[in-house]
Amino acid sequence: MYYKQTELIPHLFRTEYRKIVSVLCKLFGIEHIEIAEDIVSDTFLLASELWGLKGLPENPTAWLYVVAKNKTKDYLKRDSLFAQNISKEIKSNAPISEEIEIDLSVKNTNDSQLAMIFVVCHPCNPAESRIGLALNLLCGFGVEEIANAFLTNKKVIYKRLQRAKEKLRAEKIKIEQPTLPEIDDRLSTVLMVLYLLFNEGYYSSSQDITLRKDICLEAMRLTSLLIDSRACEGNEQDEERDVPERSEGNEQGRARDEALTKSLAKFSQMNKPFANALLSLLCFQASRFDARLNQNGEIILYEEQDTDLWDQELIAKGEYFLNQASQGDKISKYHLEAGIAYWHTIKADTKEKWENILQLYNQLLLIEYSPIAALNRTYALAKANGKKEAIIEAEKIKLTGNHLYHSLLGELYTDVDNTKAILHLQNALALARSRADKMVISNKICRLGP
Amino acid sequence: MKDFLLVYRTDYNTMPKGSSPEQMQASTKRWMDWIGGIAAQNKLTDRGNRLVPSGKVVKADNVIADGPYTEIKECIVGYSIVKAASIEEATELSKGCPILAIGGNVEVREINVL
Repeated sequence: MYYKQTELIPHLFRTEYRKIVSVLCKLFGIEHIEIAEDIVSDTFLLASELWGLKGLPENPTAWLYVVAKNKTKDYLKRDSLFAQNISKEIKSNAPISEEIEIDLSVKNTNDSQLAMIFVVCHPCNPAESRIGLALNLLCGFGVEEIANAFLTNKKVIYKRLQRAKEKLRAEKIKIEQPTLPEIDDRLSTVLMVLYLLFNEGYYSSSQDITLRKDICLEAMRLTSLLIDSRACEGNEQDEERDVPERSEGNEQGRARDEALTKSLAKFSQMNKPFANALLSLLCFQASRFDARLNQNGEIILYEEQDTDLWDQELIAKGEYFLNQASQGDKISKYHLEAGIAYWHTIKADTKEKWENILQLYNQLLLIEYSPIAALNRTYALAKANGKKEAIIEAEKIKLTGNHLYHSLLGELYTDVDNTKAILHLQNALALARSRADKMVISNKICRLGP
Repeated sequence: MKDFLLVYRTDYNTMPKGSSPEQMQASTKRWMDWIGGIAAQNKLTDRGNRLVPSGKVVKADNVIADGPYTEIKECIVGYSIVKAASIEEATELSKGCPILAIGGNVEVREINVL
């Protein structure tokens, strides 16, 4: 029993913290984010104390909601300043009669989280802060876990989060109503943050595999939220509400909610293909999660992976979302990367596979240059057109300060000119920083021998 | 880094006609591999476009001539914009352009931004 509880509270913390915080933030406004966080933290503190003494309540989630609601109401009554200044605002914002209603229905938690995604991804904060905020507010990760993922200490992350929240407060970012131009503006940032969030888990050097996988799953969950949310569908019918219908008489609040629903629906029409493409990419990548790391969290190279460990269900999902993404006439880098990832789900080295990958990389580079795309494109060029051509092209890239560049040349020169291959691999070894990278390169040098 | 316009010219009369889908695909691949190689060096500003063969030439006194311009051996078939530190570097990038393999040429011109 006790063991179960110790497992349950972190789990509930992860899944429920973010929901309640989002709903409260939407209610109070982002400037009172700390109050929202305090209320939810208090709720969990009380849960861990009481449940330890008395055992689990029948429905722990419902218990948390009731306690959080009561604490919020208490807070509003107790804090006169808040009551005077904020309650007034809430009363005009939120659909309430006498009592302030805290709506923790599925629809409102989803809407609130979706609105929070746009707040968290606001460009007033630098990218690393946005990822930190996303992990903290959208995924329910604690400071310690985030520090672990970023391979830094708690103090750094704590400061970063505080600064980012302060910035949101100072900029008076509204949660309620992202206008259409705002949504347009911010969508690319939202997708980028989700993409980076996934990569944080996928490529992190952290030894904590469970944590890394959780981060990847969270990025996928949030991307699904963009695609699946009923708000996104523009479906305004009320379904399965576990909170009674709101009282009539607050037209303003209702109008606000409808405006949000409408702008999100519009967002979905315009941008669903991009979000689908991103989700497809994440599914394909995640399908290899178990195959690409050994028990010590060390990288197993693609060629050496056990394909039995590839998650076929995720591959099928990736294919489904890639089909969904093909609606519309715009192509994003996520489409191209999803296409590349799709071809990587086929292990056999066929001419067709590498020709397709090469052309996808060519197109990707036309949309957006990145060193990693340039290097991968050259690898695909070697597979499709032969090493001779690829070596000439690789040497033009001249990313001499990048260990991956030398690793690539090491790979290309292998069996063509092994002396040069070893030279490049030694350069790569000198430039590589992570232990995992160094080990992969050392192994290659060993294989070539002196 | 400065921008350079690459102008692709060739003689329409000598261009391969009635290509099979396979030939067209092979031609697309040559162009994409070449332009992708420039992009991989982070030296592509704008992949540019192809131009359709027919066109008009407007001269003084409302004299309008039809294209294609059979009287000139070479006409413009497309363009791209690359970035390079010097005209020499831009010229170097133009080597390997697929237009060269079908008897055409590349004119490299520095863009003087207005």
